[in-house]
Amino acid sequence: MEFAELIKTPRVDGVVLRRPFQPTVEGTLCLTGHHLILSSRQDNTEELWLLHANIDCIEKRFVGTLGTIIVKCKDLRVIQLDIPGMEECLNIASSIEALSTLDSVSLMYPFFYRPMFEVIEDGWNSFLPEDSFKDLESMTDEWRLSDVNQDYCVCASYPPLVAVPKDVDDDTLRKAAAFRHAGRFPVLSYYHKKNGMVMMRSGQPLTGTNGRRCKEDEKLINATLRAGKRGYIIDTRTIAVAQQAKARGGGFESEANYPQWRRIHKAIERSSVLQESLIKLVEACNDQSHNMDRWLSKLEASNWQTHVKEILTTACLAAQCIDREGASVLVHGTEGTDSTLQVTSLAQIILDPTCRTIRGFQALVEREWLQAGHPFQQRCVQSAYGNGSSVKVRCEAPVFLLFLDCVWQILRQFPCSFQFSEHFLVLLFEHAYASQFGTFLGNSAAERAKLKLSQKTVSLWSWVNRPQEAQRLSNPLYEANSLVIWPSVAPQSLLLWEGVFLRWNRSSRCLDEAYEEMVHIIEYNKELQNKVNSLRRQLAELETDDPLQHTE
Amino acid sequence: MYHGHNIREGRWFTVVVILNHITEVQLLDRYTAKKPAIGTLYLTATHLIFVETSCNTRKETWIIHHHIATVEKLPLTGTGYPLNISCKNFHVVHFVIPSERYCQDVYHSLLRLSQPAKLEDLFAFLYNPKQDEDDRRNGWGFIDSAMDFKRMGLPNEFWELTDLNKNYELCSTYHSELGIPKTARKDTVLGSAKFRSRGRLPTLSYYHKESNGAICRCSQPLSGISARCLEDEEMLQAISRANPNSTFMYVVDTRPKLNAMANRAAGKGYENADNYSNIRFQFVGIENIHVMRNSLQKLLEVCAMKSPTMSDYLTGLENSGWLRHIKAVMDAGVFLAKAVADEKASVLVHCSDGWDRTAQVCSLASILLDNFYRTIKGLMVLIEKEWISMGHKFTQRCGHVDGDPKEVSPVFTQFLECVWNLMEQYPCGFEYNEKYLLEIHNHVYSCQFGNFIGNCQREREEMLKEKTFSVWPFLWENRQQYINPLYKCSLGREVLRPSTLPLNFKFWCGMYNHFDKGMQPKQSILDHLLTIIQKRVEGEKKMTDFQRVSRYRFV
Repeated sequence: MEFAELIKTPRVDGVVLRRPFQPTVEGTLCLTGHHLILSSRQDNTEELWLLHANIDCIEKRFVGTLGTIIVKCKDLRVIQLDIPGMEECLNIASSIEALSTLDSVSLMYPFFYRPMFEVIEDGWNSFLPEDSFKDLESMTDEWRLSDVNQDYCVCASYPPLVAVPKDVDDDTLRKAAAFRHAGRFPVLSYYHKKNGMVMMRSGQPLTGTNGRRCKEDEKLINATLRAGKRGYIIDTRTIAVAQQAKARGGGFESEANYPQWRRIHKAIERSSVLQESLIKLVEACNDQSHNMDRWLSKLEASNWQTHVKEILTTACLAAQCIDREGASVLVHGTEGTDSTLQVTSLAQIILDPTCRTIRGFQALVEREWLQAGHPFQQRCVQSAYGNGSSVKVRCEAPVFLLFLDCVWQILRQFPCSFQFSEHFLVLLFEHAYASQFGTFLGNSAAERAKLKLSQKTVSLWSWVNRPQEAQRLSNPLYEANSLVIWPSVAPQSLLLWEGVFLRWNRSSRCLDEAYEEMVHIIEYNKELQNKVNSLRRQLAELETDDPLQHTE
Repeated sequence: MYHGHNIREGRWFTVVVILNHITEVQLLDRYTAKKPAIGTLYLTATHLIFVETSCNTRKETWIIHHHIATVEKLPLTGTGYPLNISCKNFHVVHFVIPSERYCQDVYHSLLRLSQPAKLEDLFAFLYNPKQDEDDRRNGWGFIDSAMDFKRMGLPNEFWELTDLNKNYELCSTYHSELGIPKTARKDTVLGSAKFRSRGRLPTLSYYHKESNGAICRCSQPLSGISARCLEDEEMLQAISRANPNSTFMYVVDTRPKLNAMANRAAGKGYENADNYSNIRFQFVGIENIHVMRNSLQKLLEVCAMKSPTMSDYLTGLENSGWLRHIKAVMDAGVFLAKAVADEKASVLVHCSDGWDRTAQVCSLASILLDNFYRTIKGLMVLIEKEWISMGHKFTQRCGHVDGDPKEVSPVFTQFLECVWNLMEQYPCGFEYNEKYLLEIHNHVYSCQFGNFIGNCQREREEMLKEKTFSVWPFLWENRQQYINPLYKCSLGREVLRPSTLPLNFKFWCGMYNHFDKGMQPKQSILDHLLTIIQKRVEGEKKMTDFQRVSRYRFV
């Protein structure tokens, strides 16, 4: 298929672009296979380059022959294009609609994008499972890397290599996989160096209504317990939801079959509920006609902040079991690809200072989200403006965005403990939904391998890890903090993430200015301290050289 | 005898007389059931002090008696007799006292000490930080609100200061020096004062040099259903004429229309636009002190919930109405500032008596219009000018002494909260930081200094300046802590135009949950930057030292 077929009108002159808090721009609108471009053809006026993939939905309006297209983007931005001529407007609208909803992954922009920068370090090789296992090996010899899933047959959503207890053989893994949702048998997620406790994750056990059990599964998870120690199973669902899952063949670990484990149920909502919540929240944020009561009631009704609190609370619980109780933990929900990953990754942010560095955070996203099989492609196919009517089964959900929101909450409470700034989190949000990079394409390691992403596309990490980018994303306040950081989950402590949800609804001038001023203060002080130190050294040297000094 | 040093009070080292002390007292966590701290409770003439003995480091909790809003004795529990204390600075402490008699003693002592019957029994009359009398006297001259009129350019061709109120005969609750239009004759002024509730005639609050627009304030007219007063009409015309840039002036009644109408039946009310030439009359709908008091009560109930869900919290926040009221005050302030700066019009503001809502709105508009009030000293001047000297009834609104609880209302707190919201929107726009607002708020209620005692200037003149200290020199001395490191004075005289969309108003956790440290960010960007600024000062000093040494030695 040629993109040209989809582009009915490639160019329209005299188009007016309107964006909140920015001057209107008049210029020429061009459609290419992957971009919507508005150029004023004047020097130093800003142009618009918008990836079609970033377009969540469009709305058309006509007043006479003047058409207006409202473009609602996945990054939550809303822009307006006034297009003279009804036909042109209709053509542009239908072209955008077609180009922003391409079915085939291999037509996406990352397959066409050629980087304008030199790739110093290929991000596709930056975070290999073998490498992270080497770190683990340096701490413990109780674990091994199994290639039982090397052809993705045991579990379609797992990577080829997973870390499992040393004493458990591949055969046991296969049997345990048959007992877990979508073959997601318990694997290592995190090893807590301080006390040797671990966090594992999996899919739900397939106990069904008649209480099936699986000796191999029990053996597998018991192998992670120290003699005489109990562990915790954190089921991210309420007991009621977990009970209902039995009717569909799922379920939870019974006390009788897992006597060494204590099960705790939490209440993280299913992904479809999260999507509704995002839609409502963004609606509330964008409606400027609300009075105070209406705004607060809409904010409350969206339940977004409730999800943030619930997810963080569960992550704190997991971290507490490990660090405070000195117990190992198994986390799962239903599939083990959504709420489970929110909990395991956030618990690591709390426990492990490495995850709070720029590289460490990338490694975490790579390990706990990409390799762990979070279905990015499905979840990010639509954002807050998608009505999803064209899709039979709605599978989009802001699971990853909620994770980033929770990280932002911790970052806000510990502003000096992260090597990266909020910008990095916003960047990941944007790229998860629409990107020139291949990192977030596909739903699993298997799909990514099939798409040959590492050969055909550029990794987001290749770009992020360039020194100038890393510098831009770094947090000027950072001071390495090796401690476990416990965030407050009181409602008063959890704020609406303005950097994402109010980003386009207010002028950022004053906040940007404040950020720059802060960077300036810190940089200036660093320079000054360096100067003081070098002067002090010079003086000391001169003094030892000074013959007069010796005679004194 | 207990030798203590209250860190918050900074330099006030003293020996405090212990009235009573109780050992084995438990201090419970406000929210969780975690192990209580055990220690000794000391009751002194001025403070309640808890010294924790269960931990290795000596931890002290000091509560000044006047901060105590309520003391509550609860029924016996397994471990003793609970005594719950809520403070006006939103500090909440729950003690459990081992014996009933002790609990009873402390309870009654605190009731008596927290709200004495007479002003003379307030802490300020006891407080004596070893300065000599000259320092004390000079301290009262540190901020002079009349000087601020000079700064605005008064007297000029339109405005002048009059001493018609020098003996507080014209208006007993106003300052003795008032700004009035030059063209207003004496009988106009006197007549207008008679037609205004409690004689609170229209007088200058802020003069905006750039536009010639003025903000004036007064109380409601005694218009009733149909009464009118020519002098008052002339007075407004004089104000209008004092601004050559506008053909009209706004008259803003900050009350909800319904309340204003109800007042007409009592012979008060609002201006009939037909009787005044070229006025544009406007209601802005800020609720009265009783609504605000109840709203705060509800807000504090939300803050006190043990483990609320997000939904409980947000619903509670909404139902309290608190942020709605804050937004209403802010909206009114923005309206005034826009009228003056953009339309170059003058504005006359009143509510009922013109000492609560009017003070909020006028002072807020001044901050929006004039960057001087966004400096440490400027905020002192503004509070002195618009609140203290214009008769905001601090004694009653803060409940300093035993009195009518219906007169208590968090009007001044709301003003500070509006300023805080502005600081959040303009992080580089203010010389001061959040700590400054919190410290001012503390001292409004602490009664340690004389400034916020009394209901009007006349009361203060009579006794406070002779016997108490002023808070302003004290705050000024500690100003390093109150600096906003991000402040850019280069913003200059830019008028602030904040967004008042509801989503821009946040719950002020730093105020209402200030003492619940667990809820605050665990690392403070402000403290971090303040440390850096401190290091910078030291570094710069070292640089000059080194340079001097190297010149001296090696050149």
